[in-house]
Order: sequence, then structure tokens, then C-alpha cells
Amino acid sequence: MAEKTTQYFVPDSSPWPLWASAGLFLLAMGIAGFIQQATGVSDSQWGGPVLIAGALWMIGVLFMWWRDATLESLQGLHSVQMDKSYRQGMIWFIFSEVMFFAAFFGALFYVRWLAVPWLGGAGDGAMTHELLWPDFQAMWPLTRTPDGTTTQYMGAWGLPAINTAILITSSVTLTIAHHALVAGERARAILFHGATIALGVIFIGLQAYEYVHAYRDLGLTLDAGIYGSLFFMLTGFHGVHVTIGTIFLIVLLLRMMKGHFTAENHFAYEAGAWYWHFVDVVWVFLFVVVYWL
Amino acid sequence: MTHVAIADQPEEEEHHPTSFIAKYIWSQDHKVIAIQYTIVAMFVGLVALVLSGFMRLQLGFPDTFSFINPNTYLQFMTMHGMIMVIYLLTALLLGGFGNYLIPLMVGTRDMVFPYLNMLSFWMYFLSVLVLLASFFVPGGPTGAGWTLYPPQAILQGTPGADWGIVFMIASLAIFIIAFTMGGLNYVTTILQARTHGMTLMRMPLTLWGIFTASLMGLLAFPALLVSAIMLGLDLLAGTSFFMPALVSLGEQLDHTGGSPLLFQHLFWFFGHPEVYIVALPAFGMVSDVLSTHARKNIFGYRMMVWAIVIIAGLSFIVWAHHMYVSGMNLNFGFFFATTTLIIAVPTALKVYNWVLTLWRGNIHLNTPMLFAIGFIFTFTHGGLSGLFLGNVIVDVPLADTYFVVAHFHMVMGVSTVMVLFAAIYHWYPLVTGRMLHEGMGKIHFWLTFLGTYAVFLPMHYLGFLGVPRRYFSMGDTAFMPESAQTLNASISVFAIIVMVIQVIFLVNLVWSLKNGPRAPRNPWGATSLEWQTPVMPPAHGNWGHALPRVHRWAYDYSVPGAAEDFIPQNVPQEGSGRPDDGGQEEVKA
Repeated sequence: MAEKTTQYFVPDSSPWPLWASAGLFLLAMGIAGFIQQATGVSDSQWGGPVLIAGALWMIGVLFMWWRDATLESLQGLHSVQMDKSYRQGMIWFIFSEVMFFAAFFGALFYVRWLAVPWLGGAGDGAMTHELLWPDFQAMWPLTRTPDGTTTQYMGAWGLPAINTAILITSSVTLTIAHHALVAGERARAILFHGATIALGVIFIGLQAYEYVHAYRDLGLTLDAGIYGSLFFMLTGFHGVHVTIGTIFLIVLLLRMMKGHFTAENHFAYEAGAWYWHFVDVVWVFLFVVVYWL
Repeated sequence: MTHVAIADQPEEEEHHPTSFIAKYIWSQDHKVIAIQYTIVAMFVGLVALVLSGFMRLQLGFPDTFSFINPNTYLQFMTMHGMIMVIYLLTALLLGGFGNYLIPLMVGTRDMVFPYLNMLSFWMYFLSVLVLLASFFVPGGPTGAGWTLYPPQAILQGTPGADWGIVFMIASLAIFIIAFTMGGLNYVTTILQARTHGMTLMRMPLTLWGIFTASLMGLLAFPALLVSAIMLGLDLLAGTSFFMPALVSLGEQLDHTGGSPLLFQHLFWFFGHPEVYIVALPAFGMVSDVLSTHARKNIFGYRMMVWAIVIIAGLSFIVWAHHMYVSGMNLNFGFFFATTTLIIAVPTALKVYNWVLTLWRGNIHLNTPMLFAIGFIFTFTHGGLSGLFLGNVIVDVPLADTYFVVAHFHMVMGVSTVMVLFAAIYHWYPLVTGRMLHEGMGKIHFWLTFLGTYAVFLPMHYLGFLGVPRRYFSMGDTAFMPESAQTLNASISVFAIIVMVIQVIFLVNLVWSLKNGPRAPRNPWGATSLEWQTPVMPPAHGNWGHALPRVHRWAYDYSVPGAAEDFIPQNVPQEGSGRPDDGGQEEVKA
């Protein structure tokens, strides 16, 4: 039996982690400053520029870092054993992401089944209800809050249904592209992969349009009570993940066009596909729980 | 196999960076990263220790120190708790010891994701910077208590409600991202990079503890991240996640429909596993230290492994025992009381097994062993008071008193720190090539051990008297006898003594680096792989030309007929050792 773990490549030192950390610092400071000035807490002007600088910095660092990793892979420094490790690492990462969304869904169920009924007088909350908000009626979606603000809710069968169809289709096209890649048909793989990216971009665009619609026409905003908060939180974080996934897919498309992937060796591609399918599954849950029911 | 040759390349030319920056700042060597983690964690730990000293000064001698007022007291308390639990214990046990020991113990050259590992450290460093920066922003750090319960954490009136809480949330978010990168690295390394012959059931218990804790971290930390994000948005963007229909300072707030209890559920869904994320690596390390210095195999190895796994699983369904008095449904409370008491079973099992490991062992009472035995005492005491608090009916009168403070300091603070000291004394020779001064170590142990008892045992009594925790000053309350204040003063004196004693430890660490006696190879006669490297301290790449092959479990001590009284894991079978470690795989090799 071979000494399997001698096949690990031990890299030399690299400056990128430190620079990435510095970039994240800029990014975090920028976001904090930007939110402070957007919400009127502070009237300083540095938030936006720092945010942009941090984002550019991060893009630069990530580009250099991934370039190193890609070069290592192309030089054949990554063994079968390491390929397996990358797979497991990706699985653990997605596992952690699942927990991230699980916590959000948990918050949704808790508010919907417990907190709002309590405010409406269910369980032990009868006296609170009677003394503080006697007019409040528990309902979901919570379109009339205890202090009397009213909003409309986001229906399921307009844009959201179309978006669901788009994401599911994109998963299918991605799978077709993957099969084409394994079969060695590069042109076909690139075509379907490109289609997946296009669908992803359309999804993000429609989602943005939906947000504008919610803010402008429905009065459904981030601070319009717990329904709006949860709605934007869940769909917003999902949207962030779709955006990351789309960037991932674009990088993969460029690498595919350069011919980096072979039928046997394309772990990066599979990782991207897993991530995309994960984001897709989350959306299906979102659609059922947030929009539909 | 294009690059198998890597292992045969002369590593001296390629992997020995010379300049300081290349060696210590850009290095991706897990050992360097571990040392970086350790130094930063110990530094913030010292900050938190000093903060607790300030709190003790105020409690023991009220109104004597003008720089402590009710606001700063709350801020010190919050930062002390947060730093100790997250930035010291979690980071030092997993980031420090995990990083150093995992690749050496499983017999590989480095972590499987070295880039990610380095990034994990630098982000941890960033989170520490952000956290410490909150001392210098207007209003100072947050004073919401380390649990950061809303609504008060983000409403005006709490110290640091403008800036401090934002920095705290940002720092936590960065820490969690750093930990996620570290955690999936540790888990994958242990699953993927074990050397030939190192089956899961041959791993030292240290690895089992770190492995399980990392897995739990991947499950539990996202819940804290989510609650931190929601808390931040409630504060900055006007959302209502944790805000019911609220009236504050006579004004109705815009937040409607959320629930503060939701935060507590999310927080403790992270918070209770966090206790075991800290405790399980400590359990593992103490098992190895006890076994090595008692020259005896660990009693019930399989039982110990399964106990770790069961504790990890159960710890996810006990979180609400932190919330008995929060107003949640009482029947719910009885479910959590049951699971909480069940978790005592595997934990007690581990304590019995540690004691049975010592039983009729050839005990060497050197410093690491003293700390390990001290851990058994403090952990048993802390665990027993946990049984009190796990019962709903007993907990209700004791909640938020000094009894709780005594309990969690004993079980999570003192016990884990005892293991950390044991581990530092045990592995210091491996890391530095020098022995620590034994005399200083023993003084350090006895004064720390007895001192912590003098500090925390009386707190149980204060708790029974009903002295509430987190209070700046006790005043003249009718239910508290005069003696309670006297006791508080004596606790403070002992706390200051224990704190000052730690200087001996620090001096020992620094002094021995240059002046300690040179460590012989494998000074404790340990069997596990980290002591079997070709050079000590291990060089970059750890193993020179060939990786070790593992032939046995990690606990072959006092073996009759062996050349020495122990057989390292990488020594082939020679008729002695355990009967179930068959030799058939050697034939193929």
C-alpha cells in the first residue's frame, strides 16, 4: 500500500492571507461607516470610499490567491488524496452554510408560531395583550403591526414563481453542462454553463426589481415590523449567496474557456455546481415557507 | 504520481524561509500559526484577567476606586466574559493546540488547507483588534453582559449602546468566519490526512476531543453569526427581530412583532455547545497527559471516545437550561432538565475513567500531572454544582446569583485553564526544545489551585444567601448578612493573589526559552506521534523524508518485555502490545 499522505503538497509561505485580512478590515469598516451615514447616525463621508477600496482590494487579493491555487493545480501538485480533501472541505463548508440558513428559518418559525400569537394573546401572553395592544390581532403574514402600521405582503404566484422556475432551470442547465464536461464536449459545456450564468443574473435582476416593488408599492420595508424584517433577511441572504454563486460560475466559465478542466480533473467545477445546487434548494424552501404558506 | 518526489526533495533549501517576515508573518506552517494563535490568545486572556481584577477590587472594597463606576463595571464584566470564552479558550484550545497537534499527531506534513489556516489566524487577529478597539471608541465597549441579550443590549441607557455594541458584533462575525475556516480545516485534516495505520480508533484522545469540538463549532457557530447579524440590523437598520412592541424611556419604538426570547434561543443554541467546544479538547488533552505521566494506558479508551461523541450530540439539546427563568414554557423546561441530567452520565463516566487511569499507575507528580489532577478536582466540583442548576426547581431560586458564577467559573473557567496549563507544561519542550522550570511550575500550580478554591468555593455560599451576580454594589440589603461583604473582601484578596501568581508562569515561559535545560528527545516518554519527529522541535514538513507508519494505539505504557517501558505508535509489532492490533498489514508493506 502506498504511503498515501506523502502525496500532500506543502506550499511555501504566502502573503495573501495577511493581505486578505487587511482587505476584510477595510471592507468591514467601509460597511459600518456606510450604514452609519446611510441611516443618519453619523455625517462623515468616508464610509462609501472605504467600502469601494476594500472591495477592490479583496478582489485583487482573491485573484492573486486563486491564481496561485490554480497554478498549483495545473502543475499537477494536487494529488488524488488532496482532491478528496477538497471535496470534504467543500462539504463541510456547505454543511456550515446549511446551519446558517437553518438558524434563519428557525427564527421565522419561532416568530410565526410563537412570538406573534403571544402578542395576540395566545398562551401566557393574555395580559400583555390586554394591557398593551388590545386591538392587535395575530396573523401571518403580519400586515398590521401592533402599533398600527400596515403593509401588504409579497404574494407567491407572480415574480417569485417565475424566479423559482428560473433557478430550477438553471440547476438543470448546470447539470447538462457538467455531463458535457465529463463527456469531453467542451463547446456544449460552455454553452450550457453560460446559460446557467445568464439565468442566475436574470434571477438577481428580478429579485432587485421585486425589492423595489416591495418598497415602492407594497410599503413592505426592512423596518416595517417583523414580517418585513424576516422577508428581507431571508431573501436577502439568499440573494447574496446567489450573487457569490454567480461570480463563482463566471470564474469557472473563464477557466473552462482556457481549458483548465479535463473530464477527470475538474474538482473546482464540481464545487461550484454543489454550491449552486445548495443555493437552489434553499430557494425552494424559501419559496414554500416565506412566499407561499 | 507526478510529485511523489516532493517527499524526497531536500527540504532544507526549499522550506526554510530565513527572513523574519517570511518565517513568522507569511508562513503557512501549522506550527507557526499555532504559536501565533497562542500568543495572541494569551495576550487577550491577560487583558480579561486584569478586567476581572478591577471587578474584584470594586466588589471587595466598594467605593474605594474612583475609576470604576457602574457603567465601567458592566463594561469590564462584558469584555471579561466574552474574551475569556471566545477569544481565549476557543482560540487557544482549537487554534493554538489544535493547529500544533493535529498534523503532528495524525502524522502528516501540514494541515490540508494551509492557505485557509493562515487566513483563519489573520482574521482571528483582526477580530481581536476590533474587539480591543472598542475600548477606545466614544462610549467605550458594550456593557450588555457577555450574552448580549436584547433589547437592552441595543437600547439607549446601556453603556456602549452607540459604538461598543457595533464593534462587538463586527468582531464576533469576523471571529466566526475565522473559526469556520479553521474548523473545516481541522475536521478535514483529521479525516483525510491520517498517516498509514492511523485508524480513527487509534487516535490519541486529544485528537478525538479537537475533532468533535471542531465539528460542533461548524454546527453551532452559524447560530451565533445569525443572531449577531440580526442584532446588528435591529440596531442599525431598524428591523424588529428581537424587538416586540416596545416602550422605552416613555416613547414607543418603531420595532414591532419580534421576540427577545428568540435571541436567547439562538444564542444558547450556540452557547451551550460552545461550553463543550471548549471542554472536549480539554478532556482529550487531559486524558493524554494523565495517561503519559501515570505510565498507564487510558482506562476504557473506546468508552472515552464514545463518551466524547455522546456529550457532543447531547449538548445540542440542552440549550434552554440557561433560560429556565426567562419566561419560556415550564414544561419545555422539564424536557431540558432531563436532557441536562442525562449529559451528566457520559461526563461522570469520563471522570471515573480518569481516576481509574491513575489507579495503581506509576504516577510522576511533575507539573503537567499536578495540573491534570487538579483538573479532575475542579471539574468534579463544577460538574456537581451543574447538577443543582440543571434542575428547574433548584435553579429558579439560584438563577442569577453567585452560585451560577461559581458553577461556570469552576467547570468552564478554572477546569479548562488547568488543562491549558497542564498542556503548556507538557508540550512546551516539544515546541521550544527547552524544559520549563519545575520549581516555578510547582509553585504556580499549588498557589493557583488552592487560590481558585479560595476564590470560588465561598461564591457558592454567597449564591445561597441570594447575592445577585452582575451587581456593581450590594448596598445594605436586608437579606444579606454583614459577613457576606467580609467574604467578598476575602475573595477579592485571594483573586488578586491568584492573578499575581500568574506572573511566575509568564516569567517561566519567557525565562525557560533561553535558560531552561535543553529537553531530551521525548522527555516524558510519550507514545503519540508528535514526540517521534526526526528533529525536535519539528521542522517545516514535520517528518523529513518519510512519513511515520502507525502500528498501535497511543497508550502502550508500562508494557512488559518492551525495551523501554513504553512503545511509541510508530514502532512495529514485536510480540508485545495489544492482542487486537493484528500484524497482517505489515506483511503487505
